[in-house]
This record gives sequence, C-alpha cells and structure tokens, in this order.
Amino acid sequence: MSTNNKKAWLYLLPALLFLIFFMVYPLIDVIIYSVEEGYNFASQTYFGVGTYNFSYVLHDPYCLQAVKNTFILVIITAPVSSGLALLISVGLSSIRPLRELYQTIYFLPYVTNTLAVGLVFMILFQRTEYTDGMVNLLINWFGGESVDFIDGPYWAKMFVLCFYTVWVVMPFKILVLTSALASVNQDYYKAARVDGTPRLRVFTKITLPMISPMLFYLVITGFIGAFKAYSDAVALFGTDLNAAGMNTIVGYVYDMLYGDSGGYPSYASAAAVILFVIVLTITCVNLLVSRKKVRY
Amino acid sequence: MKIVLQNLTKKFPGRGKKAQGEVTAVNDLSFEIADGELLALLGPSGCGKSTTLNLICGLEKPTAGHIFFGERDITALSPELRGVGMVFQNYALYPHLTVRENIVFPLENRKGKDKLSREEMNAKAQETARLVQIEELMDRKPGELSGGQQQRVAIARALVKMPGVLLLDEPLSNLDARLRLKTREEIRRIQKQTGITTVFVTHDQDEAMSISDRIAVMRDGVLMQLGKPQEVYDNPESLFVARFLGTPPINVFEGQVRGERLYIGDEAVLEAGGVPDQPVWVGIRPEGFLPQEDGPLSCALGRVEVLGRDISILSSHPACTGQTLRSIISAETRVDASAAQIHFALKPGKVFLFHRETEERIPCVLG
Repeated sequence: MSTNNKKAWLYLLPALLFLIFFMVYPLIDVIIYSVEEGYNFASQTYFGVGTYNFSYVLHDPYCLQAVKNTFILVIITAPVSSGLALLISVGLSSIRPLRELYQTIYFLPYVTNTLAVGLVFMILFQRTEYTDGMVNLLINWFGGESVDFIDGPYWAKMFVLCFYTVWVVMPFKILVLTSALASVNQDYYKAARVDGTPRLRVFTKITLPMISPMLFYLVITGFIGAFKAYSDAVALFGTDLNAAGMNTIVGYVYDMLYGDSGGYPSYASAAAVILFVIVLTITCVNLLVSRKKVRY
Repeated sequence: MKIVLQNLTKKFPGRGKKAQGEVTAVNDLSFEIADGELLALLGPSGCGKSTTLNLICGLEKPTAGHIFFGERDITALSPELRGVGMVFQNYALYPHLTVRENIVFPLENRKGKDKLSREEMNAKAQETARLVQIEELMDRKPGELSGGQQQRVAIARALVKMPGVLLLDEPLSNLDARLRLKTREEIRRIQKQTGITTVFVTHDQDEAMSISDRIAVMRDGVLMQLGKPQEVYDNPESLFVARFLGTPPINVFEGQVRGERLYIGDEAVLEAGGVPDQPVWVGIRPEGFLPQEDGPLSCALGRVEVLGRDISILSSHPACTGQTLRSIISAETRVDASAAQIHFALKPGKVFLFHRETEERIPCVLG
C-alpha cells in the first residue's frame, strides 16, 4: 500500500469508525437477532438459528395490521403531500403581496413539536363529553352525522392519521420546492412567453421537468418517511396502538421491544428487517423509475 | 418589416431600501429601423439597450411612447401577438428537450386554424435547421452541444415561426473569440438569406461595426447617434461616441482654439477655420498620426510595437487625457525607436473637436 493510500485511510478513519459502530454493527446485530430463535434477554441464550421469528411475525395479526396501516399511510400520504406541496409552492411563487407571510405560515408546522400538533388535532377531531370536536361541528353544520375520529371506525382513524402526516411533512416539501422553483432561470419563461406558450404547457413542459429532480427526491424521502411513521400515530391515538388498530411497523417493533407485550428482541428484529427490505425495494423501484422520468 | 420607435420611455421603480424615485432606463427614444435591416444597439452596460430590445419584443411595457411594426401600432400587444423571434443571451434552450423538440416548441403552441400537423412541424424544423446548418444535431440535447451550436439552435427556434422581426440579446457574448468571429458572419448570412428585420444588442463595438447595416449608439437611455458604421466612426457627434467606437480607442487631448488655430499645449497643430476661441477636447484617431521630422505635435516616445501589417507607437504628451497615446502607422514608415522625441503631423479628417462642457462635436473644417 502506498503512503498516499495509508494517509487516505487515516483520514477516513473517524467517519469509518463512526459508521461501523453506529450503522453497520447495529444493522448486522439486528439481522443476527432476527434469526436467533427463542432468544432469552435475561440469560442471553437461544435455542437455534432459523426463520421462525419471521414466520411468527408474519403470522401475528397485530403485525399484519401494522403492515397494512403503514402501506395505506405511505400510498396516500407520499403522493398527496408532494402534490399539495407542489400546488402550494407554485401558488406561492406566482403571488407577490404577502408571499413572505404565507411562507412563514406554511413553515410553522415544521418547527412545531409533534405532540403539540397532536394536541391541536385532538381539539379538532376528538369527541369528549362536552363537544364532538371542531370537525364534527362542521360536519353537523353541513347536515352530516358526527363521526368518532379517534375511537371510531377504521377509515375515520386512518383519515386523521393521513391528514396529520400530510400536514406535518408539507412544510419541508414546500420549502424545497419553492427554492427549486425560484432557481429556474427566468429566461426560459421569457422565451416561452415570446413563443406564446399557454400557462398549463409552460407548467408541464418547462417548470415540471426543471424541478423534477427535486420532486423525485421529495417523493422518495416521502415514501421512506411514511414507512418510518410512529410518533404521529402515538400523538393521535396514544401509546396502545395495537388496541386502537392503528399500529405501524415501527410501532410494532417498539412494542415488541418495550411495550406491554414487549421483551421479544428477536421478533422486533425480524419485523425491523422486514421493514428494511420493504423500504429498500421501494426505494430501488423509485430510483429506477426516476432514472427514466427525470431527464437532464 | 419596418420598426418605428416613437418617444419610447421606460421607467423602473427604484429597488431596495434606499430606493428613491424611479430609474429611467430608456428616455424618449425615437428612431426607425428599415425593412430587412440589421441594426445594432450599441452601448456600455446599463445604457438601456437591452430594455429597448425587451420593449420591442413586448416582454416590457413602455411607460410612454409607441412602437409600430410597419403601420401597425403594437405597443399594447403581448409578445406572442407581435410575431417576433428572440434569442436570449444564454440561449434559454430547454435542457430536457432535444434540439428538434426545442425548435418545434414554438409551433406546438399554436391553436385553432394555425395549428400544424406533426409532419408540417417537422418539415419546418428541418428547413430551419438546414438554414442554420444544424441538421445533424437534431436528436441531441442542448447540454451535448458547443456554445456555437447552441447559439444556432436558439436562432433556429426564434426563426421557425417565421417572425417579422428577429431580436438578438448579446448573441455572441457567451462564445470564445474565434467562434465569435465565425458566428457573427453566420448571423449576417442568415439575416441576409431570410431578409428578416433584425435588431441585436451588443456592448462590443467591433461586433456592431462588422455586421450591421446601421448602428445606434446609446448612453443612459438616450440615443447618441444612429448611422452606418463607417459614418458614425468617421463623423462622431459627441466625445462619447468617438470614445466608444474604434480599437485602439481614440486619443483625447485638452486643446485650445485661438485665432482660428488649434493648439495642443503650446503647439499649433491645425488650422481651425471659423471656430470661435474656446477650450476644446481634441479627439485624434490612432490612424490620424503621421510621423514627420518637422511635425507640429511632439511627443515623448515610449515604445514601438511591430504588429506586422502596421506599427503601433506608444508615446505620451502632457495634454493627453490618457496616460499613453497610441498611434497606428503603416509598417513601411521608418521610426527611430531609440529617439527620445517623436514628431507627428495630423491627418485633418481623423481629428475631431468637441465642446469642453457639453462634449458635443464642434462642426468645423480643419486643415
């Protein structure tokens, strides 16, 4: 090895050590845990190596519920939040007066504590002895029936969770998209104007392709973020998510480790590995698609 | 198509915290551009030439005044209704579209009865591409082209809709020196071939002089002079125009007219018939000097540069406003480079007198 190579490794060492200790080792450890059958936390012993943990987890109705919830959450929130953020940032970019005020308002959820936001959502949605919640008041006002969004039917709870997630992730997306829109060279728009390009065509043929790299970045991180959702559900439905039927995969992992039914690191690890594989697959698919669609 | 600018004024609101009042970018501009003419808008940065172009294009609306294309008043018309093609300084080619898609783009915008079939569009694109000689590049992306090729694509995109007027904003400034020479000839050829009325903006006088039919020199939003390049060069109406045109630049001296004679320092250099006694600026083109043993203007000789075709003599004179004065003389002339002094006679046609305060040309016949 040449001196230069040695030097390079020396300079890489801090980052490498950090990555190995905090990223690679835990990952390998989780995979090891996930294949150790009947692992006992106290005695640090296990019976054998196999795929029983995976099989158990995949047959656990709570886990299946969590997987279903997570997928619904991902499929709804990632596209909806990106689309809405795009609409809002395009709107923000095309108005002059009060733009900064609107930008600040749209950015507020980003700096607000998750649990504080959860509290606000309770006021909006939760039914108490005194009131049915603000949203229900609105529904009643339009002549509808009250719905229990927190303890009621599954679709109502899912709606609240999706609504909440979209609302929480939007500010960052709006921020990224407004700056992406602002960085598009104005001359493209001028050229389009001289050629009499209709506004919709300017948007689809110029603006969208120009910001497509950012848009795909947001969709991918949106997918990953939604797969990792947990605190949002807790903020809305409390810690006993299994009982509420609103658990997510990360929530299931947590419950298996520390929850009331906890103390099963092997099951938790198996669930975590499954999540890892799902996210990896989806991200790869996303990247493949984007390589075809994101041009220039 | 003939273009007429009538008392055109454009004011922009002041920007920033210290904004005070308005900035007048174009001030009461009036001139005509003949049908099929290539006109250069020439001036230093900030002189309002680009604003003028944008006004003609319709990207900016004038504060006052009118613009006519032919007999039609198009002042209030939006750009797409004016029938103009515009080439931007950075070309503004859509990077995600191929050359062909870029050229076809303006045609695809058409609606109703103007709508063309795909074959017609492609035929037009192909025809325009042939005109600017980029046929073999049609399926590439702009990012894969050189600067000169991008420039041609931009021109093709502007020409494909057969506009009555072609506008070019600093078309050569993003090209290297060699390509610039080639491209400006190319622009001239395309303009001649299509006979399209063309206005182009530049701050490079070489560029303007070499290809345009007429040049309009602007300063601070005001038209300083308009005319054929050679006329403007030979007959500058102001010190600004004299200074702006010509490389190497004109040499400017502090001078004095006394008793119908022009003095530079204490030396009477030329007869100035009919000019009242007054202090003046004397502008002498570099080619206006003739080395002569008994020449009236004596300068301290600095350096002699041999350029092959001609010689450039660098010398200095106390009355000269520049540090050195540069004269260009024919290479056949013998110059003693070791002498301390050099004496010049002046060619009267290359010497201009300007008013000391107003810097306007003093009409006179020197001899």
